[in-house]
Amino acid sequence: MQDEPTPIELTKSVADFLRNDITPLISGHQAFKLRVAINILDLVTRQLTREEASDAAEVARLRALLGIDGTVTELNRVLAERIAKGEVDLSTQGLAEHLWATTMDKLAVDQPNYASYKRELGRGG
Amino acid sequence: MIEAELSRSVRRWCKDATGVTGAAKLSGGASQETWRFDITHPDGAIGAILRRSPKGYGAAPTRAAGLAAEAQLMQLAFEAGIPSPRVMHVLVPKDDLGTGFIMQRIEGETIARKILRDDEYKAARPHLARQIGGILAGLHRLPKDKLPELRSRGATQEISEFERDYRSLNWPKPVFELALRWLRDHDPGPSTETTLVHGDFRNGNLIIGADGVRAVLDWELAHLGDPMEDLGWVCVNSWRFGEIDKPVGGFGAREDLFAGYEAAGRKVDPERVKFWEVMGTLRWGIMCGGMMQRFREGPDHSMERAMIGRRASETEIDLLRLLAPRGS
Repeated sequence: MQDEPTPIELTKSVADFLRNDITPLISGHQAFKLRVAINILDLVTRQLTREEASDAAEVARLRALLGIDGTVTELNRVLAERIAKGEVDLSTQGLAEHLWATTMDKLAVDQPNYASYKRELGRGG
Repeated sequence: MIEAELSRSVRRWCKDATGVTGAAKLSGGASQETWRFDITHPDGAIGAILRRSPKGYGAAPTRAAGLAAEAQLMQLAFEAGIPSPRVMHVLVPKDDLGTGFIMQRIEGETIARKILRDDEYKAARPHLARQIGGILAGLHRLPKDKLPELRSRGATQEISEFERDYRSLNWPKPVFELALRWLRDHDPGPSTETTLVHGDFRNGNLIIGADGVRAVLDWELAHLGDPMEDLGWVCVNSWRFGEIDKPVGGFGAREDLFAGYEAAGRKVDPERVKFWEVMGTLRWGIMCGGMMQRFREGPDHSMERAMIGRRASETEIDLLRLLAPRGS
């Protein structure tokens, strides 16, 4: 077991430093790049916070859907192949719900301000 | 300095011009650059834009029409009364500027978010969807016998090309697989009519002023194909910049776009438009994957490119909203 602070706390401290202390000092193209850098650290913080639980839920859904076991990467590969072959489609029990849940978990990390995501969150997540 | 070459060039083809000032690079990758500059003239400065491939970068990427074709298309559009800059000069070897062209600079805004939010465009916004319909109708009516040589692409070929691009990324995405299946199941086949297709007609590639659309830019993906492709692409959610209830670039309704198109004497096929909107959403998603690959493999190891890779999920939620919508 590693010591603390956790990676989430450490990453967040760098993002906050850049946001609060460095942003006021920089302008022009470098300011744009700094904003991108802060966005990256915020994304990493969100992923570190959420990934363990969302991956576990995704694996549980994929096991039920596919009837096999594996890592989240392996199971996604199998699902992709089955959809490509036409063995699984939107009439398959649970597929639409699974894709929606997985996609919502991705947007929560990648782009929580994306308008389509905010609209769908309003429908109950 | 590029101003020396530009000055020598303009003196040859622009009557009474004495030189240029204020040359500044607006954008540029390794193979293509855009510069702004002013031509010094006794009647007053003339705003101009240079689009070029620097020397040693002749070959265009496979999907691109090439700068010579772009110049020809913009000039044709200008002559047909479509909002477009006038092409002033096509570069020749003597210019020593590489390959490309120089065009009139049109003032206005291209940044989509500003066009959608700023007060300056408030009066224009409600009319843009319909105006865009009219512009696309004009563009699809450009005489085929005057067009430069362009690649020809129908729906079936496009599905295969995108599938190949996606598979080459080795990036298994169940939602993309679902979209590919849907596209194959709904492939409308060859269109009854083949026309010029702009290929990247969207909010972000238009110069907008308080009076509406002033110019259509970025013709590099022009090709021959199904005219409904342009109507679908302009509606892709990624180009609504947050205004998700206004499908046409965040400006207005599909009905307005279609009405403008039909008022200009051309017919809309809404089913085909929907097909191309799904195709376009997937196309942008796969392009995000391509950005991720280029970030990983170099030479562009920039943070911006890395983050575009993380925008693929935006197209996944938009594909689900199109193909598996949830109850409201």
